[in-house]
Amino acid sequence: MQISILSISIAALFYLAFIILAYGLIFKVLQYTKTPAPLKIPTMPAPITKAGVIFRMSKEVVLFESLFKSSKATWLFGWLFHFGLFLDMLRHLRYFIDPIWTWVLIIQPFGKYGSILMFIGLVGLLIRRIVVDRVRYISAPSDYLMLVLILCITSTGIAMSFYLGADVISVKSFFVGLLTFDIQNIPADPVLISHLIMVALLMIIFPYSKLLHAPGLFFSPSRNQVDNARENRHIAKWAKELEKN
Amino acid sequence: MADNKFDTPEIREYPIIPKLQRDVMSHSKPFIAKEPHQEPLGFPGELVDDWHDVAIKKMGDLQSKYRSLQVYLDSCVKCGACTDKCHYYVGTTDPKNMPVARQDLYRKVYRRYFTFAGKYFPKLVGAKNLTKEVLDDWYSYFHQCSQCRRCSVYCPYGIDTAEISMAAREVMDTIGVGQKYCNEIIGKVHKIGNNLGLPGPALEDTLEGLEEDVEEDTGVAVKFPLDVKGADVLLVTPSADFFAEPHVDGLIGYAKVFHEAGISWTISSHASEAANFGMFIGSYENMRKLALRIREAALELGVKRIVFGECGHAWRVAYSFLNTLAGPWDFLDQNYPIPQHICEVTHGLIEDNKLKFDKSKNDDMVLTYHDSCNVARASRMGDKPGGQFAIPRNVIKAVCNNFYDMSSDTIKEGTFCCGGGGGLLTDDLMELRVKGALPRMEALRKVVEDNGVTHMAAICAICKSQFSKVFPYYDFTMDQIVSVHQLVSNAIILTGQNDENEENEEKDGKNHSQRDIDEAA
Repeated sequence: MQISILSISIAALFYLAFIILAYGLIFKVLQYTKTPAPLKIPTMPAPITKAGVIFRMSKEVVLFESLFKSSKATWLFGWLFHFGLFLDMLRHLRYFIDPIWTWVLIIQPFGKYGSILMFIGLVGLLIRRIVVDRVRYISAPSDYLMLVLILCITSTGIAMSFYLGADVISVKSFFVGLLTFDIQNIPADPVLISHLIMVALLMIIFPYSKLLHAPGLFFSPSRNQVDNARENRHIAKWAKELEKN
Repeated sequence: MADNKFDTPEIREYPIIPKLQRDVMSHSKPFIAKEPHQEPLGFPGELVDDWHDVAIKKMGDLQSKYRSLQVYLDSCVKCGACTDKCHYYVGTTDPKNMPVARQDLYRKVYRRYFTFAGKYFPKLVGAKNLTKEVLDDWYSYFHQCSQCRRCSVYCPYGIDTAEISMAAREVMDTIGVGQKYCNEIIGKVHKIGNNLGLPGPALEDTLEGLEEDVEEDTGVAVKFPLDVKGADVLLVTPSADFFAEPHVDGLIGYAKVFHEAGISWTISSHASEAANFGMFIGSYENMRKLALRIREAALELGVKRIVFGECGHAWRVAYSFLNTLAGPWDFLDQNYPIPQHICEVTHGLIEDNKLKFDKSKNDDMVLTYHDSCNVARASRMGDKPGGQFAIPRNVIKAVCNNFYDMSSDTIKEGTFCCGGGGGLLTDDLMELRVKGALPRMEALRKVVEDNGVTHMAAICAICKSQFSKVFPYYDFTMDQIVSVHQLVSNAIILTGQNDENEENEEKDGKNHSQRDIDEAA
């Protein structure tokens, strides 16, 4: 079977995107891990046990608790988008796993609507960014472009899932092939190809942009620290050095 | 400076998020520190020649030392959740007082010099070179942040603008652009032991004066001990407690509580200051040096416990940082929290029925309570989360009959800063202080009108000073701010108190019989 130049290019792009994403993320996570938090700064009231911190973080990660407290509109659109994204990413597992896990099959019918939630959320966030003067003031071009990029990924996805259809069998063999270093042909479907190129672009941008909020949340001292400063002495290495003088 | 022309914001009936007015506060700048204020702290006396390179180097250094800074600089998605949460934004409408915009003054420089996107696509991501104009903006707007942490409550990632403004101030100090108010004060503590530069003998006189006043008032010889070796408790309190109103009435309250509970205590002339302005300027080294004075005093006097008086940021440094900065405290009595807040002490004694009160002594007041930002969002009291809200309120309710809280989005973890915290309590920032007080003034006005509140109690020296200064701008009077322990002082019945002795005995009798009934039941 002849492998098209298009297929080789897309394959190369995804390998490159994956390497950049993995390298960038590992670098950042290591940097956050290595950088000490010299003082106890949890935003109080804070949990006084580790289990409490896990509960607090879970509420932040799953429900966006703090955002709910601050702005109901941003919370609604932001949560819809992220929840839709989560559903849709789970659904996309079927393009990588063979045979497909049962639970991935089960969520397919709902997973499809994740993209609709994403679309609503993204449009809401974009409108808010343009209409609310305070949010417009703090927005750089990249803040709009990020929304537009993800909106385009979502729209091309919706177009394929609900209207145009796609050769999902070939798509799957292409991605399973990528995982096993056995390049297969990708259908030369312009909507599919643009969907994939934009996804690769997003992967590349991820570790060099504000998308770092995803790992960042887990490293945020104001959220992940236990309130026990009086009981346990907390001291960073560099601060310990000062005590030698 | 206090007479600078500006309009006091109007109290709004419905607090609506104000429209942006660009750069209306760009003129607000505190006095710059001169060489004598800078050098004792280890900072250059004036802007160094290679300030740009020194600043960038310092930024890199701080990012490698503080995870908070590194993570917060990367993680902001500009969602806007914090934009309406800062009291300085609400009061001034200057967009650079929105927490995210304030952080961005620093973040855009971080991006330019430390990130791929900012190095190669600066326009795209809003990255900027560190220029003199940017530095001017830093000096202006990082001195319009009271480090109150309200934004961090509402940020989905917990980004705390206080961490960024502390870093920015440290960078500025490092290149010789310090703030006079903070740095002059820190120098005084390094040299003399307190913010006022009040030497030991003057302190002794003041305390003797207080003893005379209290004895005249009550007939009871309540002591205000200074440098007493072997006392059980070292009281570390903001130096404003020694002379300012209403602070000093709080100090009298602590003394009466210690006296009545039979706790031996002392103040130290070496560590006669609870405040630690090292935190405001983000300098770990200076903060540590100030904290070590407390350790030295505790060792020198051989005390068993350390108790802090009413001071907001001091309690943050004490509760959250003291163990880190000046611990371990293995030489103190481990049966008590180290350190302990005076409200925890009083509250514990009330729970154990060790103190008697005549609540009617405070009947001339209807009270509300202002949660100080650093107590509310950066520390705790007691053994449960939220004790910092419950304990002071319970103390107030134990000594007063009339208490009403302000509306729920302006108290506890959502409390608004008084407008003078974070090293901004200086006359050269009067406009900022008055405008920044707006959200608190609105909440207070509401309980005054709805519930007939006459006084607001607080447990922070800065809050008390700030309110007594800005109240008149909002048609309140300066004596409407009171110390929590001033209320305790008013109501406490000291054993052997001369006035109303008979009445007290009668009440005692009643109390006893009531207790007997309770116990019998």
